[in-house]
Amino acid sequence: MGQKRLKIALAGNPNSGKTTIFNNITGTRQKVGNWPGVTVEKKEGTINKYGYDLTIIDLPGTYSLTPFSIEEIIARNFVLDECPDVVIDIIDASNLERSLYLATQLREIDCKVLFALNMADLAKTRGIKINAEKLSELLNVPVVFTVGNKNEGTDELLKAAVKLAESGSEIPQERKVRYNKDVENSISKLQSIIKKRIGKKLPYNIRWTAIKLIEDDKILKKSILKKAGDDAQDVLQEALLQRSYIKDRFDEEPEIITTDERYGFIAGIIKEVYSTSSKHRIDISRNIDLVLTNRFIGFPIFFLFIWAMFQLTFSLGAYPMEWIDMAIGLLSSGLDGFLPDSIFKDLLLNGIIAGVGSVIIFLPNIMILFFCIAIFEDTGYMSRAAFLMDKIMHLIGLHGKSFIPMLMGFGCNVPAIMAARTLESEKDRILTILITPFMSCSAKLPVYIVLAGTFFGVRAGSVIFSIYLVGIVLSIITGRLFRSTLLKGADAPFVMELPPYRAPMIKSLLIHMWDRSKMFLKKMGGIILIGSIVVWALSAFPRNVQYSSDYSTETNKVTVFHEAEKIERSFMGSIGKTLEPLFSPIGIDWRGGVALVTGFVAKEIVVSTMGVLYAAEDEKGSEALKNALLSSGMTPLSALSMMVFVLLYLPCLATVAAIKRETGSFKWMFFSIAYNTSIAWFAAFCVYQGGKILGFS
Amino acid sequence: MLLSEMKEGQTGNIKSIAGNGALHRRILEMGILKGSEVHIEKYAPLKDPLELIVKGCHISLRVEEASLITVDNVK
Repeated sequence: MGQKRLKIALAGNPNSGKTTIFNNITGTRQKVGNWPGVTVEKKEGTINKYGYDLTIIDLPGTYSLTPFSIEEIIARNFVLDECPDVVIDIIDASNLERSLYLATQLREIDCKVLFALNMADLAKTRGIKINAEKLSELLNVPVVFTVGNKNEGTDELLKAAVKLAESGSEIPQERKVRYNKDVENSISKLQSIIKKRIGKKLPYNIRWTAIKLIEDDKILKKSILKKAGDDAQDVLQEALLQRSYIKDRFDEEPEIITTDERYGFIAGIIKEVYSTSSKHRIDISRNIDLVLTNRFIGFPIFFLFIWAMFQLTFSLGAYPMEWIDMAIGLLSSGLDGFLPDSIFKDLLLNGIIAGVGSVIIFLPNIMILFFCIAIFEDTGYMSRAAFLMDKIMHLIGLHGKSFIPMLMGFGCNVPAIMAARTLESEKDRILTILITPFMSCSAKLPVYIVLAGTFFGVRAGSVIFSIYLVGIVLSIITGRLFRSTLLKGADAPFVMELPPYRAPMIKSLLIHMWDRSKMFLKKMGGIILIGSIVVWALSAFPRNVQYSSDYSTETNKVTVFHEAEKIERSFMGSIGKTLEPLFSPIGIDWRGGVALVTGFVAKEIVVSTMGVLYAAEDEKGSEALKNALLSSGMTPLSALSMMVFVLLYLPCLATVAAIKRETGSFKWMFFSIAYNTSIAWFAAFCVYQGGKILGFS
Repeated sequence: MLLSEMKEGQTGNIKSIAGNGALHRRILEMGILKGSEVHIEKYAPLKDPLELIVKGCHISLRVEEASLITVDNVK
């Protein structure tokens, strides 16, 4: 150790193969986390090479460095504030023009840039030829050829990056974009004021600052005000003046002018380095789209894929789930025999192992689900799904991409809410997060199965189906309601690239899957652990109470009654009983109430709590609970009301934590809890009281 | 003619782009520029959004966004 360190950032357009190159460089030595304060994934990896500790940072994929989306702001701030030694700009060779747009902006920021001309082989088959030497000369930037998916050029790229970092501190100032005379005039006027007033306090390149002020860059304005205080007022004043001058002169917003000019500059470069033969090519991707986004069969195929994803997740996932369940059972019974009776043993077995076990068991589901999502993303199908679904989602005021998180909500709300980070606009993301809990997650299914199975017999399937439907309808209503009130404003523009289809690489799929599953385990494992200890404590204390009969002397047959009364007398029981006035108008007795309260930890606990409280005798499994429920005075109507309540009421602990994390505020978390629970109560109230009026029981 | 009025399979040249700053710029950043040739590849099964090809890139736009773009030389 003690080696010299270098920070290398990877920038590039989405779909430029940036992540593949990142994976090639860092392999499995990468950390996935979040950028501070926001929910965009940050990937970082460290390797030892050429006598350096190289830290590689994968910046979010962006088309530009204008601060419109979080991704762009993050990428820009990183380059500006963290001053990486080298920025590698990954350029998709078959999309040279658009890639260069980002490149020119990187050059303006004043950092050491290196181009990786990626997928040149693919471009070649499309008849595209790029003169790399000329490109390097024209922009004064080293260029390296890479083929990400064949892992070619990775070493050369790193070597070139290290060489560039070593090569003195001069950054070539020539060969940047020159704007037209009027704009350049404004830039230089502004530059001199900036230099005079705030030059010493400004850590950024002065020309770049001037250009950005002319473009009315809000974020930069804020940071200038913060850094230079009152001195900045003159500068901002001048910037406004120059802006209005350009606006008058060209009858167009200055930022449109500068964008046009950059493209003009790029067009000049393209003319010299890029040639395309008129060779008629067969575009495989286009042919695939003839089928997959076809007017008639596009939707059926989409639903087939989604159906297959769910089948895989839940049917294939059922096997490893069973194994994990068995392992937990073995562990628990092993410890039961091994440890002496104590409060610690009770905590370990009934609190920790039972609680954490109930979450770990979902790991196979989550992994398969994320594997499928990774396939959708890596092949390029995800954007087609958004393309197909946008019209429908737009009706709820959402973006086509919101469909995937909402759909995943049927599996588990936690990854679903995490998946909402694929949405660019903050409002879209929050709205999606708020309505996702209405998608009935798989953990609620056992509750429906028990209740519907017990009270509705052969019609159980249709009843459960309509419960799901109620959730969907309420999500649509909520979406429209919030879009026109709380989260007013248009949804994000749907300007989206449909990248060419690519064969996914198994390595990248696995990395993708594992990164996200790890997040699930880490974050949710911790919360669930604490939650299960709390719930255990609430239901295990107070310990020294006077029971109605002396259970210790009686036979095994009544231990279940002992358990039931233990819970009734516990804090948890008190909570349930206190809440009874709230639950009785919706046809749920205190035991149901307690079960619902414990469901806050995880929805499937509702079933096990009911099992204990309704004192299901120690026969075998679900039959026992069924009989107990039937004789408890619950009616089909109150069962239906309870199902509706379970569908809608406050999301589970892990989901609540995910909402907090992904919206970044307690405000939305509490809002979600309050909104969902009150909707649940009203819906259940309508079902129960309405049903009674209609004469059902 | 507006881009949103073009039919599947038609090709034209972009004449002007209206709309507010952010959306306009976003459209430019995706490489949809004045003068570029655009080809309407297809409309989504529900008629919205639409898919177009500009300089070999496939880009989707909502119909309401496409109605901010004027085209000429439509063939």
